[in-house]
Amino acid sequence: MKKLVYALIILLVIAHQDFWYWDSQELVFDVVPIGLAYHAGVSIAAAILWAAAIKFCWPDDVELLEEEIARDAETKGGGI
Amino acid sequence: MSPAQTSVWIILGYLALLVGLGIVTSRKFKGTASDYFLASRGIGWFLLVMSLFGTTMTAFALVGSTGESFKAGIGVYGMMASWSGIVHSACFFLVGIKLWSLGAKHGYVTQIQFFRDRFESDKLGVLLFPVLVGLVIPYLLIGVVAAGGTINSVTAGAFPDLFAGGGVGPAADKVGGIPYWLGSGGICIVVLVYVFLGGVRGAAWANAFQTLVFILLGLITFVVIADKLGGMKNATAMVLENNPHAARRTVRPDDPMTRYVEAKKQFDNTLVKWHKAPKDKRGPVPRAPEKPHGITYLHFLTYMFIPLSVGMFPHLFQHWLTAKSASSFKPAVILHPLLIMIVWVPCVLLGMWATSAIIPGKTDPVIPWGQGNPNLVLGQMVAQLTKTGGAGILPGLLTAGVLAAIMSSLDSQFLCIGSIFANDVVAHYLGHDKVSDRQKVLCGRIFVILIVAVTYVISLQRPGSVFTLAVWCFSGFAGLFPLVFAAIYWKRTTKAGAYACVLAMAGTWTWLFSQADWGAKREFLFLGMMPVATIVAASTLALVVVSLMTPAPSEATLAKFFRR
Repeated sequence: MKKLVYALIILLVIAHQDFWYWDSQELVFDVVPIGLAYHAGVSIAAAILWAAAIKFCWPDDVELLEEEIARDAETKGGGI
Repeated sequence: MSPAQTSVWIILGYLALLVGLGIVTSRKFKGTASDYFLASRGIGWFLLVMSLFGTTMTAFALVGSTGESFKAGIGVYGMMASWSGIVHSACFFLVGIKLWSLGAKHGYVTQIQFFRDRFESDKLGVLLFPVLVGLVIPYLLIGVVAAGGTINSVTAGAFPDLFAGGGVGPAADKVGGIPYWLGSGGICIVVLVYVFLGGVRGAAWANAFQTLVFILLGLITFVVIADKLGGMKNATAMVLENNPHAARRTVRPDDPMTRYVEAKKQFDNTLVKWHKAPKDKRGPVPRAPEKPHGITYLHFLTYMFIPLSVGMFPHLFQHWLTAKSASSFKPAVILHPLLIMIVWVPCVLLGMWATSAIIPGKTDPVIPWGQGNPNLVLGQMVAQLTKTGGAGILPGLLTAGVLAAIMSSLDSQFLCIGSIFANDVVAHYLGHDKVSDRQKVLCGRIFVILIVAVTYVISLQRPGSVFTLAVWCFSGFAGLFPLVFAAIYWKRTTKAGAYACVLAMAGTWTWLFSQADWGAKREFLFLGMMPVATIVAASTLALVVVSLMTPAPSEATLAKFFRR
C-alpha cells in the first residue's frame, strides 16, 4: 500500500503537466476555464493523496521516537 | 466621512485588534526562552494548520496571484498554487515531521543547531548564519514594501491637508494618503509589539486569526466583484470575447488581444509626444506594453522547484518545532493544498476577469488599457467597482486582509531571526549555561529590532520588483533543500558534502542572479527553465559527489540520527 500511495503521488506530479489542456479555453459551468478547473482538481487530489500517505506511510521511526521522548519526559518529570 | 477615511479607520481598528491579541497571548507567556521561541512545544493541530498556511502565504497570496493572472492568464495557478499544494505538503510530511521528532528529542531550537550536530561541524553554522539571514532579509522586504504601498494607495485622498504626497514614478506617494514611510513603519511596529508580547505563541494566534481574516475577506471581495460585473458567467464571457488567451496557456495568431492592442495604441501616442517634447522635459522613456506570449512546458514544469524552499525556511522550521506531537502535523499536511485552492482560485479568476472587465452599461474598462503594474489590479478592481454603496468599507476590509497575509509571514520571520541570533551566536559562543533565558529573549529582541531597522531603511529606497525579489529569495532556500533532505534520509552525507552543497547553491545563485541583471530582467529563464532548477541541480550534485569522496560520518552521529 505504501508503494502504491507514493506511486500515485508521482503520477499526480506527472499529471500536473497537463499539455492536453494547454490550448483549451473550454469552460466548466460556463465560468471556470478548464485549465484552471483541472488544476483545482490537482489540489484536491493532492489533499486526498497526502491523507492516504498519512494513513499508510506514516513513519514508524517517528512513532518510536515519540514514545522514547515521552518516556524521557516522564523520567525527567517535564514535558517535551 | 470620505470613503478613504473610512478605509483608514478600518485599517487602524484592525491593527489595534492585533495589538490587543498580543496583550491577551502575553498573559500565557511563561518567561522562558523555550516558551518565547517554541511555545513550550505545545501548539495543537488547529494553530499549526493556520500558522503554517499563514506563514507560507505572503502578500503574493491575494495581490500577486490576481496581478500575475492578469498578466499571464490562468496558467499561474498551475505554476504557483497547485505545485505548492503538492510540494509544501510533501515538505511537511517528509521533512517537517522528522525534524520535529529530532528537535524534540535533542532539544533543538534552530536549524543551525540541527545542522551543526548532524554534520559534526561548528563552522557550518558560521557559513549558514549569513546565508539564512541574508535570504530572509529580502523576504522581509517583500512584506514591508507591499504593506507601505498598499496602505498609501487605499488611503489616497483621506487627509489631503496632512499629507501632500509626492515622489517620482510608480513609487510616488498619493496625495492625502498615509505616506509609504509611515504605513510600512507602522506595520513593522505593530508586528514587533505583538511578537515581543507573546513570542511564537502570540505569532501563532495572530497567524490563525489573520489567516481566517484574509481567507474570508478574499472570498467576500470575490463575490462582490463578480456581482458588480454582472455575474461570473458574464465576467468570463467578456474575457473570451476580448482576451481569450488569459483563459489558457497559449496565444493563438488570431487572438484579439484587445488589452494589448489598446495599450500599444496608447503607448505609440505617448512615444510620439515624448519624442516631440524638449529633451530636458521628456522624463523617463515610456515602457512598451508586454505582448502576451503564453507559458512554455519547461517553464511550467521547472516552477515545481520553487516551493521546495518551504523545506528550508528557518521560520517554518521554528513553527514545526512548536508542534505538540507528530500527529499535530496530520491536518496541516492534508488541508494545506485545499486552503491554497480556496485563496488562489478566486484570485486567479479575478485577475483573468480584470483583463477584460467592463462595468455593465459602460464602455470604459475597469482597469485602464495602459495599466502596466499588475500589483495594483486587485486594489483598482475593488476601488472602481465599489464606488457606490458602502464606499470605503470593502477597500478598507480588503486592505486589512492583504495586511493580514503580509503580517502573518512577517511575525514568524522576525521571531526566527531573533531566535537564530540568540541561540546560534550569543548562547552558542558564550555557553548556553552562561546565558539566562531572560538574556536570550532580550538578545533575540535586540537583534530583531536591528534587522527590522535595516530592512526598513532599505525599503525606503522602494525596490521596484518585490515579487521578482521573492522568486530569487525562494530560489536560494530551494537550493538548500537537498541539504536538509539528505541530512535526514542519507546516512552517507558528510560534513564536506554539506559545505559543498551550501557553497554550490551560493555560487550558482549569485552567478544566475548576475545573469538576470540582479533581478532587472524580470522574466529571466536559464536554458528555458526557471533558474531555481539549475541551482537545485548544482547543489544536489555537489552534495552527492563530495559526500561520496569524503569519509562517512562517525558511528555515534549515525546512531543519533538514524535508526538501524
